[in-house]
Order: sequence, then C-alpha cells, then structure tokens
Amino acid sequence: MPHVPVAIVGAGHCGLAMSRCLASRSIDHVVLERGEVANSWRTERWDSLRLLTPNWLTRLPGFAYAGPDPDGFMTAGEVAELIRRYGEDGAAPVLTRTAVRAVRGRDHGGFAVDTDRGDWTADAVVVASGACNLPTVPAVREELPPGITSLTALEYRNPAQLPEGGVLVVGASSSGTQIADELLRDGREVTIAVGEHVRLPRRYRGRDILWWMDAAGILDERWDEMDDLVRARNIPSMQLAGTAGGAMLDLNALTGRGARLVGRLAAIRDGIGLFSGSLRNVCALADLKLVRLLDNLDAWARDNDVAVPEPPERFEPTAVPSPPALELALRPGEIRTVIWATGYRPDLSWLEPSVVNTRGRLIHDGGVTRFPGLYLIGMPFLRRRNSTLITGSGADAGDLTEHLAAHLGSLAPPVRVSARG
Amino acid sequence: MSVDKPPVDNGVNVEALLEARAALADAPDIAEFKWRATTSWVRGTHSQSSIETFYGLGGEQEHRTTFTHDADHPLQFASEDMGATPVEFALVALGSCLTAGIAAVAQQREIQLNSVNATIEADMDIHGILGADPDIRNGFSGVRVHYDIDADATPQEIEALVAQSQKRSAVFDILANPTNITVDVN
Repeated sequence: MPHVPVAIVGAGHCGLAMSRCLASRSIDHVVLERGEVANSWRTERWDSLRLLTPNWLTRLPGFAYAGPDPDGFMTAGEVAELIRRYGEDGAAPVLTRTAVRAVRGRDHGGFAVDTDRGDWTADAVVVASGACNLPTVPAVREELPPGITSLTALEYRNPAQLPEGGVLVVGASSSGTQIADELLRDGREVTIAVGEHVRLPRRYRGRDILWWMDAAGILDERWDEMDDLVRARNIPSMQLAGTAGGAMLDLNALTGRGARLVGRLAAIRDGIGLFSGSLRNVCALADLKLVRLLDNLDAWARDNDVAVPEPPERFEPTAVPSPPALELALRPGEIRTVIWATGYRPDLSWLEPSVVNTRGRLIHDGGVTRFPGLYLIGMPFLRRRNSTLITGSGADAGDLTEHLAAHLGSLAPPVRVSARG
Repeated sequence: MSVDKPPVDNGVNVEALLEARAALADAPDIAEFKWRATTSWVRGTHSQSSIETFYGLGGEQEHRTTFTHDADHPLQFASEDMGATPVEFALVALGSCLTAGIAAVAQQREIQLNSVNATIEADMDIHGILGADPDIRNGFSGVRVHYDIDADATPQEIEALVAQSQKRSAVFDILANPTNITVDVN
C-alpha cells in the first residue's frame, strides 16, 4: 500500500492552495480528486452563476489576477478554468477521477485512505472537499403536496428547467436572491420566503463592498477573536451577486421586479404553506446591521484618511408588504415549483473520525481537528471571515501548513517514504 | 484613556446565562424543558390557573412559590370579569417576554436601561370566535407592540435591542409561527 506524508482530499482552490503551500516547504503530498480539478464549479453550479467576488480579489498563494477586467466577475466555467491552470502552473500532484471512499484513523497514528483507485496510508489528511456538497433542506419539505416540483439550489440550473407556473423560493441569501432574480427576469411569478439574511450593497461610495471589507480588515477577522464563534460560523451568506455594473440585489430590488415577500416557511398543513409573522423583524435586523456596517466603514475611511470616490449614502429600509401574507396555497395555479435555497453543508460521510458534534456542527479549532494530523479547510469562518472566499484560502492554507509541518516533524521515527519516490 | 463610569446594571446575570449556554454544548439534554400550568373551571367563563413546577436542567424544578391567575371575560361579554381575558394573557406573555429580552440584550451590550415601557395591542374580529363568519379566524389578525425606552444609548442601538429581543423571544416565536397542539381528555 503506497504511503504519502499528506493526502489532500479535493482539488478545488483550497486543496490546490494547500498543495502549493506544502510544496513550498517540500512536503510530499498527493491531491485526490473524485472528478476533474474544480469539479464542483464544473458540475454543481447553475448556468448563469458568476463568482460573487470581483476578479481582483481572486488571490491564491502564488497567484494574483492580472487580466483585463479586475472589476468583473468570472463565470463558473472561468473559475473552473482558472483553478485548473493554477493547479497546472504549480505542478500540483493531483490524481483526478480518484474518489475517496473512506478515511480511517490507524491504530498507531496516521490514516488509511481508501479510494476507488487503490488505497493509501498517510501521516496527515487535509479535508478540502468543500463546504457545499449537500443541500440543507428543512424537514417541512416532506409535507409538500403532490404535483409540486421541488428542487434544491444545487439542482437548479436555469428557468427553462421549471414547469410553467409560480415559484416559491425558500431562502433569501446569496443563492435564493440570485435564483429569484433570474426567475423574475424570465417572467415568472415569484414568492420569496425570507428568514434571517445579510443585506449588502454590491458597491458603496464607488467601490465594491468587498473592497471595503477587505481593506478595513473585516474579511481577515479571526476565528479566535470572535465572541460568538458558533454564531459567526452560521451567519447566512451575503446577499451579493457577481453583477457587472454593481446593481444591488436586495429584497427591494426583487420586489421592484415583482417578487412577493413572505416570512420564513414555518410549516405546510393541508397543502397550505404557513409563513412566519417575523418578516418585518428579520428585515429590520438586516437593515440595522447594514447601517452599522456602513457606519463602521465610513468611520474607518475617515480615521485612516482613505480616499473614497463618493460621499456616504444610506439605503432605503427594506419595504415589507403590509401585512405580509401568512398563508399560501401550494397548488398549481398558485405555486407550481418550490426551490430550496436554504443552505449547504459538507458531505463528510467518508470520513470515519467524527469531526461533528451532536448537532451536526463541525468541531475544529481553526481547521485543526482533535485527531492529530487531520485538518479541515474551506469551511465557513474556518480561521477567518473570508475562509470560504477564494482569497481567504491562501492565509488559511499557510497557517495549516505550518501546523501540519510541525505535526509531521513531531512524528517518530522521522523516516517517511514517499509514494512518488 | 477611558473614563470610568459606573458598571451597567440592569439586574440581569448575563454571565450565568452565557455559562449556561456553554454548559449546554456538552450536555444538550439539560436544555430540554417542559413548562406547565393547571387550569380549573370555577364558574361561567371564570377559571383559575396555577403555575408551580416545570422540568428542566435534567430534573423536576419548582417555582419559589405557586402563582395563581384568574381568567374570565369582561362584563360586555355577559361575564363577571373576575380576571383578564385569556387573549390578554397572550399580550402579557408577549410584552413580558420581549421586555425581559431587552433587559438581557442590553446587559450583554453594556447598555444601561433607565425605563422600558411597552404597550401591546392586538386586533381581533369576534365574528370568528362567535362562529358568525367562517372566513374570519378566531385569533388575532395582527399584534402591535410599541416601546418607550429610556437608555444610555443611541436611538439606533435601542432599535437594535428591540429587534434582537424579538429574534430571541419564545413568545414572539409562539405567536408568529405555527405550533402543533395536542388536546386529549380522560
């Protein structure tokens, strides 16, 4: 059975960033990839999706965007191509079409890594297989009446995929708002069930909002500085879309295009969707948080004499229907399709050492698990607020490489046999 | 240099709450609570409810004393008005829950409260409970809560307190969202 010091599971941007960092310290490793490099970007994204970070923010260890359109947003295909080239340029030792079936801890340390193309042993394993492999769908889905088409955001591709008729989009974070927008532009009747969400303008005072959050250090805030890390790791994704021109994709934009807002989908009884009466408050919370963020950004710019093209502005509060509907018949004529944009979670079914608690939440300290030599990367707020953005993977990979190198150095005997000679 | 100011004291032991939350992570079972009340018919629409025990933290618990509440309907309903109407108890529950939440969140955010007053009003069309119109629901068609708050904080911080309290309120959730109810009889 071949042995390798480090097995990285997944050749997305995180796995390849980790590979780059390990290579720079001459730590031998292999990257195991079930499909092609950047597989999820090739196969698990809707057709029109663009990266929600601007091109200039696409930074990886040893790579910075130098193309002609720094303020643009890459299509999913362009992201996949960029990641592929990044792996090639770094000569990353990737084994494609090699699906990891199981990773098990071995009795005397290290790991057994079983794949559909042979088994390995490794001193360390880095889980870089993504945070969004599976949809998180509320149990109420089981109560949907027959005759209603039900799709998760992972299954959604384009409006033509849906039967004629009204659509209920459950969820108003990044996926939900973008899918709702696309359906509205396709002429559909769209209702959006809105829970807690993070409202953000695409551009503020003439700059991308992520420029502000990056420059002011918000994206770099660390996991070990958070008062409430569970909360920080569970904040819904930002209401942002990779829209050239910087149009804001908030609930006001969607209602302006004809969307109807209702509260969180709380239950389905007798074919009737029952929505929470909390819509007004979740919108008030998002509006208040947006104002607080902009206040902080303005103060940061003022205190640091940062030149900003435009003066401060404040956005209209979210317009909530008065009163919002509490019930909606889930039947053709009213609602024909329900799209669950209710979040994603990693698929770690192949990982035998349990890194989740009784609530199903990942347990780790900045990507370092309680199993020596087992690491996670690319999970929400792993080590920094930007851990799930491409730009955040570099710093995380660097930190974890340091920890991993120390771990390998502590192993006795120090003799390690390289799989690749 | 910061200027010393008196510590914020809203009478809420936030440390104990945060410690309790941390303890829950290790023993999720102790978070399972059961709340109870008993209700006995007195006469007409008058009933008396008492509240004495609850279950939580892994065992049976008791209130410091037994609380009793009379409920009735008003004279205008040809009742004897021996207590607040049941729907008014719902308003009491919402107002007291949100207000407790405001105190707790303010303490956590180090905001001194000077006074907090809520006015809670609910709309109801009694065609529903009289069975006079099948299209009208029995319960409230809407609930409005108005707060007057004097606190050592900006209006925006006070707004955020009130919003956060709604987000974490049990009674707000109970009123805003459907709940399964099982009623049986011996």
